[in-house]
Amino acid sequence: MLIKLSGGTVYDPANGINGEARDIFIRDGRIVKPGDNERVDQEYPLKGYVVMAGAIDPHTHIGGGKVTIGRMMLTEDHIGQEVARGELTRAGCGHAVPSTLTAGYRYAEMGYTACFEPAMLPANARQAHMEMGDTPMVDKGAFVMLGSDDFLLRAMTQKKGSEFINDYIGWTMHAAQALAVKVVNPGGISAFKFNQRKLDLDEKHVHYELTPRDILITLARGLREIGVTHPLHVHGCNLGVPGNDETTLATIRAMEGLPVHLTHVQFHSYGTEGDMKFSSGAPRVAELVNKNKNVSMDVGQIMFGQTCTASGDSMRQYGNTKSAYPKKWVVMDIECDAGCGVVPMKYKDKSFVNALQWAIGLELFMMVDDPWRLFLTTDHPNGGPFTTYPHLIRLLMDRGFRNDMLQKIHPGAQAATILGSLKREYSLYEIAIMTRAGPAKSLGLKDRGHLGVGASADITVYDDVADREAMFQKPGLVFKNGELIVKNGVIVKVVQGATHVARPEYDRAIEKPLREYFDRYHTVRMDNLRVGDHEIIQSDKGSIIQQPTRARVRAA
Amino acid sequence: MTTTTTGSPPPATARPSGLSTGGASGVHENVACPFCGILCDDLEIGRTASGLKIRKNGCDRAVAGFERPVVASSPQVAGREVSLAEAVTEAARLVRAARLPLFGGLGTDVEGMRAVMSAAEHAGGVVDHAFSEGQYRNFEVLQTAGWFMSTLTETRNRADLIVIVGSDIHKLHPRFFERIVATPEPMFLMAGKKRTVVFIGAGLDTSAATGGHIGEVISLPCPTAAVGEVVSALRARLKGVPLAAKEIAGIAIANIDDLADRCRKADYGVMVWAPPSLAFPAADLTVRIVSDLVKDLNLTTRFAGLSLGGNEGAVSAGAVSTWQSGFPLRVSYASGKPDYDPVRFAADRLIARRETDLVLWVASFTPDLMPPESDIPTVLLGVPGMTLAVQPAVYIPVGTPGADHAGRLIRCDNVVSLPLTNLGRSTLPSVATVLAAIEHAL
Ligand SMILES: [Zn+2]
Repeated sequence: MLIKLSGGTVYDPANGINGEARDIFIRDGRIVKPGDNERVDQEYPLKGYVVMAGAIDPHTHIGGGKVTIGRMMLTEDHIGQEVARGELTRAGCGHAVPSTLTAGYRYAEMGYTACFEPAMLPANARQAHMEMGDTPMVDKGAFVMLGSDDFLLRAMTQKKGSEFINDYIGWTMHAAQALAVKVVNPGGISAFKFNQRKLDLDEKHVHYELTPRDILITLARGLREIGVTHPLHVHGCNLGVPGNDETTLATIRAMEGLPVHLTHVQFHSYGTEGDMKFSSGAPRVAELVNKNKNVSMDVGQIMFGQTCTASGDSMRQYGNTKSAYPKKWVVMDIECDAGCGVVPMKYKDKSFVNALQWAIGLELFMMVDDPWRLFLTTDHPNGGPFTTYPHLIRLLMDRGFRNDMLQKIHPGAQAATILGSLKREYSLYEIAIMTRAGPAKSLGLKDRGHLGVGASADITVYDDVADREAMFQKPGLVFKNGELIVKNGVIVKVVQGATHVARPEYDRAIEKPLREYFDRYHTVRMDNLRVGDHEIIQSDKGSIIQQPTRARVRAA
Repeated sequence: MTTTTTGSPPPATARPSGLSTGGASGVHENVACPFCGILCDDLEIGRTASGLKIRKNGCDRAVAGFERPVVASSPQVAGREVSLAEAVTEAARLVRAARLPLFGGLGTDVEGMRAVMSAAEHAGGVVDHAFSEGQYRNFEVLQTAGWFMSTLTETRNRADLIVIVGSDIHKLHPRFFERIVATPEPMFLMAGKKRTVVFIGAGLDTSAATGGHIGEVISLPCPTAAVGEVVSALRARLKGVPLAAKEIAGIAIANIDDLADRCRKADYGVMVWAPPSLAFPAADLTVRIVSDLVKDLNLTTRFAGLSLGGNEGAVSAGAVSTWQSGFPLRVSYASGKPDYDPVRFAADRLIARRETDLVLWVASFTPDLMPPESDIPTVLLGVPGMTLAVQPAVYIPVGTPGADHAGRLIRCDNVVSLPLTNLGRSTLPSVATVLAAIEHAL
C-alpha cells in the first residue's frame, strides 16, 4: 500500500529542507521513493499544513521505580485528572506524574513518537522496561545510570584499567537493555551513603578517594572507546545550589574536549549575586557551551504549577526536601548501585526564586546559538509535565508573548533577568531541529527524526496557525511507522512502539569478576539482573531495535 | 510491526547453557523463589519422579511452595468438571452480569496483574489485594509524609545498626537474617567493626540473629502494639526531651537512652519492619513514627527504613496498579475512570457489606490465600487443592509463576524485580492467560 502526503510544507532539518512544499510517500512503514507509474492507494492533501518528523523527547522520566513512587505519593494530583477507558484506549490519570498508559497517549496526541527515560538504575532496569512496556504509542529507550555504583568505584580505586571498566560499561548496557549511559551527581549518590552532604567536582569521596572529575572522564572516555553514539549524559554536581554555574563551567572545561551531554542545565546555572544571593548564570554557561562544540545540552525548563521532581540524585534531592510542596518526600539508598529522591514541587510565578529559574531556562534557550546541540525539555516532570511543551514552544517562537509572560512574574526576578532584552524568536526549522533532528542525531537513531527516503514513517502534520501553542497542542495527523495513529488530536489507532537499545562490544571475561562480586555482596544473582530480550518482546509485547555502535577502540 | 533485531554478540538474553533451562542434569540454578517478598534468587532446584526438589538454599516456605504436589485438577462450573473453554465462558458471563465485580486476592505476578487491571477496567470492577491492609500501613505514610528508605543489598553491606520494629521477620521471611543481617562479608563493615541488632517487641524470634558480622544482640520486649510508643520515646530522647516516666511499655528509660546513643553513633542505621506484623489498630501511626525518627537521624548521620512483607505478590500488585491507574489498589472502574477510595474499595469491606456481587479471586502462589468466607458468587483462579467453604461458581486451576510458568515479581523494597523461571512443574495455564481469555469473552 502506497500512501502519499501531498504538498505539505516540510521542515526536515536532517535533510536541509526548510519549509518547502514536498510530497512524502510511505510504504510498509517507511518513507520511500516510488516508481514513476506506481499507483497511490491513499492520499492526504496537505497544502498549507506543516509537516515534520515525529517529535522525540530525549529526556523524560516516564518509567521506573521513582516515577511510580511519585505516582503513589501524589494521588491528590491525580484527582480530577482521571481518564476513562475509551473505545480504543485504556483508563488512567494525567497531570504531573501521569499513569504509563495516559503518558503514551498524551505524547502521541502532541505529535511525539519517541521518548527516552534518562535515569534507569541497573537494579531497577527490569521495572523501568515493564513501565515503558505499558507506555503505548511511542518508541522508547533508556539511559542506564553509572557513576555511584560500587562495582565501578571499586574498579577505579583498584586501578583495574580502562579495558576492564569499558567491558563493564558495555556489559551493563546489554544487561539493562540501555541505549546510552547517564551519570548523576558523579560519585555523590555513593558519597551521601557515607554521610557526605556535598561533593564538588574536585572534592574526594571519603571512602573511594575519587573525585567526580575522575568519574566523568572515565565514563565519557569509556563510551567514546566502546563506540556508543550518545555521549555521556551528565547530571552534574551541585544540582540546584546557588553558585553551581561555576561547577557547570568547570565541568565543561574538565571534559577536555570529550563528547558530553549536559542535562537540565537550567538547574545548574545559578549564580550567587544580588540581595537574595541567587542570580542567573545562564549567560556565562551559554557562552562556554557555544565555544565548546563537544558539548550538547537540554534545558530542563521549569513551568509554573504543581509538579513532582524525581531524580537519581539522592544527595541533592535530600537537600531539596525543605522546598517540598506538599511537604512530603521520598529518598532512597539503593542496592550499592544508586539512589533516588522524589520531591513534589510547586513552582510559583510570584516566588522570586521560581520566577528566576523560569527566566534562566529561557535565557539558555535564547543564548545557546546552535539548536543542534540544544534540546527542548522540561526534564519531565522535574521542571514541569511534558504536556506544557506547546506553551514552551510558544515562549520560544513568540517574543511578544514571552514578554507578556515576563511581566507577570515576581518583579525582583524581572529585574534580575536580561530575558526582556533578548530578541531571538525560534523558527519552525529550529523547533524541528530541537525536537526531532537534533535528539535523533545525538541518540544515534539512524532512521528516526527525519523524513528522508528509508526513514521510519513517524510523521506529524500540524495546522499552520499563528498561535504556536495551539498548533503544537493538537496536530492534525500523526503517523507511527506509516500508520495513522492520531487524527485531530484524537487517537485512532493504538500501537505499542519499540524499544531502542545500543549494544557495544565487550569481552565476556568481565562476567567472571562480576559474577563473583554479585555472589559475594548482592542479593540478586548476576544472571538474574539481566533483562532478557524475551521480557521486552514476549512479556511486554514490544520489540527491540538495535541502533548501531562504532567499532571499539582499544588501548594500544 | 517494526524491525526487530535481536542477537548481536552476545545477546543480552544469553544464559550459560544448561543452567536456567535445567539442562541435562535437570537442575536449575539461580532460581528465584516467589513464596515470600524478599525473593531469594539463589535456589537450586531439581526434579524427582513426584515433582520438584530443592537442592540448595530452600527455606520452609520455599519447600512448601515448590515441592507442593500438584494434584490433578480440572476446571469446574458449580462443582461439575468442564473444559477450560466452558469455565472461561461461564466466568465471563458472570463477570458481565455483575453490577460491581471485585478482583481480589491478586496473588499473581506482574503479567497476571496487568491482566487483572485490563479485565477490571473492561468489566467496571474493583481491584484490591488480599494483603492491602498491611500495605496500607505503609501507603498512608508514603502519601502523607514520605520517608527515607534503603534496600536489601544496601542494608546487607552497609548497616552497622539494625533495629527490628515489632516484626516477627523470621516467620515471614525465613532467610532474611541469613541473607541480610548475618552476612559474612559486608562491603563496608571493615576493621573489625560489628553489626548491632536490636529487637523492639516481645516474643520475636531472635534465633537467626547470630554469626557473620553480628556483634551485640539487644532485646527490648514490649507488647507489639506498643512498639510505636517505644520508638516515640526514643525519638523524644534523641531530641533531648526529658521524660517523666521511668519506663515506657515495660522498657526502662535507661535502655531507651542506650539505644538513642547507639542510633546517634551509628554510621548507617536501618529500622526494619514488616507491615503484616504490625497487626494492631492505627499501625500506620507506628510506621509514621519510625519514618519520622529516620528523618530526624538523617540530620546528622545516615539512617534509613527497610520495609519487608510483600508476600503473595502484594508489592507487584500495588506497583502495577499504581503505574497503570495512578493509585495503589482499592480502585474502582465502575464509572470507567479509576475511582480511588482506600476505605470504600477495600475488598474485605465490599464483601462484608455485600456491595460486590461477584468475587473473582486470584491465588496463584499458595492454597492459603483464601477469600473471606461469604455466599457471594465466586470465580476462583487458584492453585490446585484449594477448598472453599462455599463452592465457587467457577473454579479454574492456574499455575504458579516461577514453578509452572515464567513470570516476574517485584521485591519488598519496591526497587528490584526478578525473573521467575518456568521449572516445568505442570502445564497449568497462567493467570494472565486465563484472564485474557475471560476478558476476550466479555
Ligand atoms: Zn531528568
